[in-house]
Amino acid sequence: MTAVRCVDLCKTYRQGEVDIKALDHVSIEIKEGGFVCLSAPSGGGKTTLLNAIGGLDKPDSGEVYIAGQRIDNLSKGELAELRLRQIGFVFQAFNLIPVLTARENVEFVMQVQGVPAGERQRLAHAILDEVGLAGLEDRRPADMSGGQQQRVAVARAIVSRPALVLADEPTANLDSKTADELMELFRELNDHHSTTFVIATHDKRVMGYAKRLVRMLDGRIVADIKQDAA
Amino acid sequence: MHRLAILFRLAWRNLWRNHRRTLIMLMAVVLGTWAMIFMTALMRGMVTDVVKDGISALPGHVQAHHPDYRDDPSVANLIAVSDAELAARFSAAGFVKWATRVRVPAVITSEYDSRGVTLLGVDPMYERDLTFVDYDEVTGRFLQSADDSGIVIGAKLAETLNTEVGKRIVLMSQNPDNDIADRGFRVIGLFKANIRAFEENYVFAGKITVQKMLGIGDQVSELVVLADDYRNVEAEYNKTVELIDGGGEVKRWFELDPYLGSMLGVMDGFVLVWIIVIFLALSFGLVNTLVMAVFERVREIGLMLALGMRPMNILGQIVVESSLLLAIGLAIGTALSWASVQPIKDGIDISIVSEGLDMWGMSSVLYPELLLSDVILANVVVLLLGFLASLSPAWRAAHYEPIEAITKV
Repeated sequence: MTAVRCVDLCKTYRQGEVDIKALDHVSIEIKEGGFVCLSAPSGGGKTTLLNAIGGLDKPDSGEVYIAGQRIDNLSKGELAELRLRQIGFVFQAFNLIPVLTARENVEFVMQVQGVPAGERQRLAHAILDEVGLAGLEDRRPADMSGGQQQRVAVARAIVSRPALVLADEPTANLDSKTADELMELFRELNDHHSTTFVIATHDKRVMGYAKRLVRMLDGRIVADIKQDAA
Repeated sequence: MHRLAILFRLAWRNLWRNHRRTLIMLMAVVLGTWAMIFMTALMRGMVTDVVKDGISALPGHVQAHHPDYRDDPSVANLIAVSDAELAARFSAAGFVKWATRVRVPAVITSEYDSRGVTLLGVDPMYERDLTFVDYDEVTGRFLQSADDSGIVIGAKLAETLNTEVGKRIVLMSQNPDNDIADRGFRVIGLFKANIRAFEENYVFAGKITVQKMLGIGDQVSELVVLADDYRNVEAEYNKTVELIDGGGEVKRWFELDPYLGSMLGVMDGFVLVWIIVIFLALSFGLVNTLVMAVFERVREIGLMLALGMRPMNILGQIVVESSLLLAIGLAIGTALSWASVQPIKDGIDISIVSEGLDMWGMSSVLYPELLLSDVILANVVVLLLGFLASLSPAWRAAHYEPIEAITKV
């Protein structure tokens, strides 16, 4: 079954007097359980495509489908509900809510979803343990390293087992060891839970973990490669 | 419910994120609330003082007269029902604080001077609870019975007439036949009143003595009833109308003195305006604080929106934050104003300005009046207007585009 389908997406940004084509007639289909890396140099369109898939940005034209449902024409509220229920996000930076502890950050999405407190706490504890943050549950983001914060963000993204996880440069602020650990975790979730991952990156090591590598340039897909993951 | 819990948690923690700013704003709310409630208590005390003194000059919360008495308060317009019959009806009905009086205009003359006064023919036993005269503070003595032959006048009037206790004066009025009715009285007492005009204008004599002097038999000019609370006299009014049974015209105190009656309404309006004006001053600080708080948190607001929080929840979070700040400020401010009133609840001596205040019918002691309704009004107005004031920054926060907000530097 198809997890993500984009049809002829176009998106143009205006920067000063210049129009920049961030997406130029992009079409892509990602199967359930896929592990896809979008790679491109800066300004190549990978983040714009990721945002369009996540309903965070609307394309100028074209269609986006998540699990068969068209989302590019949904209202703000409907998109919020879709993101809440079906998609986990890991951003490059500023991933956590500063006034909440690690556990509360992980619980945040579940709390908005309406998951009962007991179950929330059990799941948060388990996932933090799984990402190697046992014992750090009550720390606030300011008291954690960049790697620890990123792992909390990953824990939050996957704790409610979304069908799709979108990660934008998830290893950008991490050292190589932590980056490898994070990617191993992504692959494990992909293998064991069939969670679909779409990762925007220009980190070659991250690309090495992908089952499918989609290269973009100037808003267009220039290569779509199936590969044996690391 | 879950969403509400996270909204409160986020709002509460964000509130204390910038301690200094929150504390400064909190202090402003506390001071504003204190000023609203404490100053209202003082003003309310002043107005109540004026109203009560005004009522004490009438005196009585509900009064019955001949229908023409108010236009012509002479001996020609007496209540149709006899005094004995009134006494029987009102005593049987269980009234406690009530009295009948003969109340007519008169001229008082000493050997030195004359003055126009209001002559009150009273029964001192019934009058004690109603009159503005404190019997125990009278120089000499007050009347002892309805047929007492002496007269009690104000200290100021005595000064004007150059008379004193023990001296004789002459009272002159008209009888029902429009002939002069006069009588010599010995001054038996001089009373003092909060309002100097009372000392100049009122003289007290025994009711029976005055009835005889005027030749009106067992008739009286007015019947007065005192209620427990001057703000609520309806029960006494209705009962009096029933007992008078057409024998006179019954009016409430605020109908007898519309100026006095309007003061309470004016005061209520003034309190509301005063509270709103203070809040408007506060609201600039409040809105500024919230706008700053929203600007500081643009990226995390974007993050929450990206994670699936609905815009209305973001709006709710900012509104809850504002409401929490106001609620804490209101609680402390209200407690502070209550504590400020306690040491002065037995009165503040303002005699240093009593000459000027006397003109307005105020006494030289001010009793602050802290009404629960004023406290509730201040709290409700601040919370309600605070809610409205916080909507603008909250609306702005709720309408960020998540991806623009999250990438804002």
